[in-house]
Amino acid sequence: MYSLSLLIGLEIDFMSKTLFEKIWAKHIVKTIEDGPSVLYIDTHFIHEVTSPQAFNGLNKRGIKVFRPKQTVATADHNVPTLNQHLPIKEELSRMQVEALIKNCAEHAVDLYGLGHPFQGIVHVIGPELGITQPGMTIVCGDSHTSTHGAFGAIAFGIGTSEVEMVLATQCLLQTKPKLMRINVEGALNKGVVSKDIVLYILSKISASGATGYAVEFAGSAIRSLSMEARMTICNMSIEMGGRCGLIAPDETTFNYIQGREFAPPDGDEWNKKMAAWKQLHTDSDAIFDKEYHFDAADIQPMITYGTNPGMGIGITENIPTTETINDTDRSGLSKSLAYMGLHQGEAIKGKKVDYVFIGSCTNSRIEDLRMVASFVQGKQKASDVEVWIVPGSKQVEKQAKEEGIDKIFEAAGFQLRQPGCSACLGMNEDKIPAGKYCISTSNRNFEGRQGAGARTLLASPLTAAAAAITGVVTDVRELLN
Amino acid sequence: MGKAKVDIIHSRFVPLNMENVDTDQIIPARFLKATTRDGFGKNLFRDWRYESDDESKPKADFILNNNNFTGSILVAAKNFGCGSSREHAAWAIDDYGFRAVVSSFFADIFKNNALNNGLLPVTVSEEFLQKIFQQDSEATLTINLNEQKITIDATGETETFEINSYKKTCLLNGYDDIDYLLSSKEDILAFETTH
Repeated sequence: MYSLSLLIGLEIDFMSKTLFEKIWAKHIVKTIEDGPSVLYIDTHFIHEVTSPQAFNGLNKRGIKVFRPKQTVATADHNVPTLNQHLPIKEELSRMQVEALIKNCAEHAVDLYGLGHPFQGIVHVIGPELGITQPGMTIVCGDSHTSTHGAFGAIAFGIGTSEVEMVLATQCLLQTKPKLMRINVEGALNKGVVSKDIVLYILSKISASGATGYAVEFAGSAIRSLSMEARMTICNMSIEMGGRCGLIAPDETTFNYIQGREFAPPDGDEWNKKMAAWKQLHTDSDAIFDKEYHFDAADIQPMITYGTNPGMGIGITENIPTTETINDTDRSGLSKSLAYMGLHQGEAIKGKKVDYVFIGSCTNSRIEDLRMVASFVQGKQKASDVEVWIVPGSKQVEKQAKEEGIDKIFEAAGFQLRQPGCSACLGMNEDKIPAGKYCISTSNRNFEGRQGAGARTLLASPLTAAAAAITGVVTDVRELLN
Repeated sequence: MGKAKVDIIHSRFVPLNMENVDTDQIIPARFLKATTRDGFGKNLFRDWRYESDDESKPKADFILNNNNFTGSILVAAKNFGCGSSREHAAWAIDDYGFRAVVSSFFADIFKNNALNNGLLPVTVSEEFLQKIFQQDSEATLTINLNEQKITIDATGETETFEINSYKKTCLLNGYDDIDYLLSSKEDILAFETTH
């Protein structure tokens, strides 16, 4: 690793670079001495909850959005998932969605709002419309923006002041994070899917294990995954504290993008992009500040028992005790278990479940719905469990109907609702009542996340579907042929 | 639009000795429906503060409800502000009256959000944090941003803290990033021509 400056002033750079560094370097407008860099943002997604104050800021300054064509808006957090054709009942939610409509109109930003065929969860629609592409910098006022990193992009969540900065200048002031690589090698066990991989990594490195780092996921187990499955992993890199998560683009990535609504058109433009995208990988001798290696064979279906996403165990394992838990979660164990109504050392398998939520930016894509449908076909939900399936977008919903997946859910007693963030975050009408247990494919099991007092067990769509059928926490492998 | 300037903060403090305090606890999502930045302080730590979401039933064991503890500095255990990127968390802490948060470890997005609102995040060592937690309720801390020092006034114990010089200058002078970026328009336009 060295660079050679020639006398003529030409610098030849021999330094090996990581995927992150290659993208980062291409987006630096300038760097402040002993300070952050001005980072250019290619694509900015906005939604109704974290953008209104940013637009207010622009309006106060009397300026317009600098590059309106590089911002894309949708309504997702605050929308109902039933009867979307009717006005939103709750006044504050309605006002927030109306503010987004007004702000987008005034600033010439494209909005895929309620009723639009592209509407959906911001981290579902970006990729499915082909807006999310390798090598980009992508931000959104939502921490799960890390999802887009699955395409080999630097994608991260920002606060509202930063949303205002991007609207005003298409740039942010950013300090380069440290670099981490997490390698997962080998073939996945039966009944194990990408959600289990990421919950397993979280259980090993904790909810703060990647704070301060950009995390690249690599290894044969990661490369074998579909784009939907890769998105699930990058989505939850923020749950490790990671500034962003990313996966090098490959044929799987290119095949997913080609032909989508906003993908580069076939021909010269596509070929040019492909040539650039193929350079987006970590050089073989590039150095990371920290590296982890995991074996896919060690991973079984996972579930969380506590109140941060690092508090997860294999489905056949017992809840840890203060003696067996890793240091990072010891101090919070008693408080977490008191909230969850669970006990140290007991089995999680067999615990009664009241709600099943299959949805959110983590697991609401067509592949997730197909996985659940293929598992539940011919089965019936347990009578005392309520099951909500919330597609990530209008397009996912449409596709599910075209494939007859809706009929399978209906026959199983599952309720297929309309697109939105739904019960992931206890903000819209979809909330889990206090004290009730919800096995959820979302990303956070924080206290009150799904509604005040709600108790969340995070799991994969398969594990959630198994619980829907039996009414208790179930090892899905016992129900697979 | 400048922010309030930050320099020396001398105050008693509120000790929140809990790890992994996430932004859903700081401000639950159901209170994010406002379209302005004001008034979030009354819902700070809402579900830890009140029984059954009822303001007439404060939870006696939660630190904000303990009248022995007061001041403009919040002290929390490690990984403070993890989870959701909602800036409303920083707004709520600021609106409640805190001017600084001290912890041994902050989540990245929260830290940026705090800095963008003139709320000073002070990262101290785990040892120093534990010393602060051992102080009685009358104890005061002094945070000197210019000198990058935090002192436990009763014992005189001091630790220096890191902050990049750009952010420090911004806080000391009440500048914000957006002013800087707007003043960089020429550079941004030039960058776009080759990007």
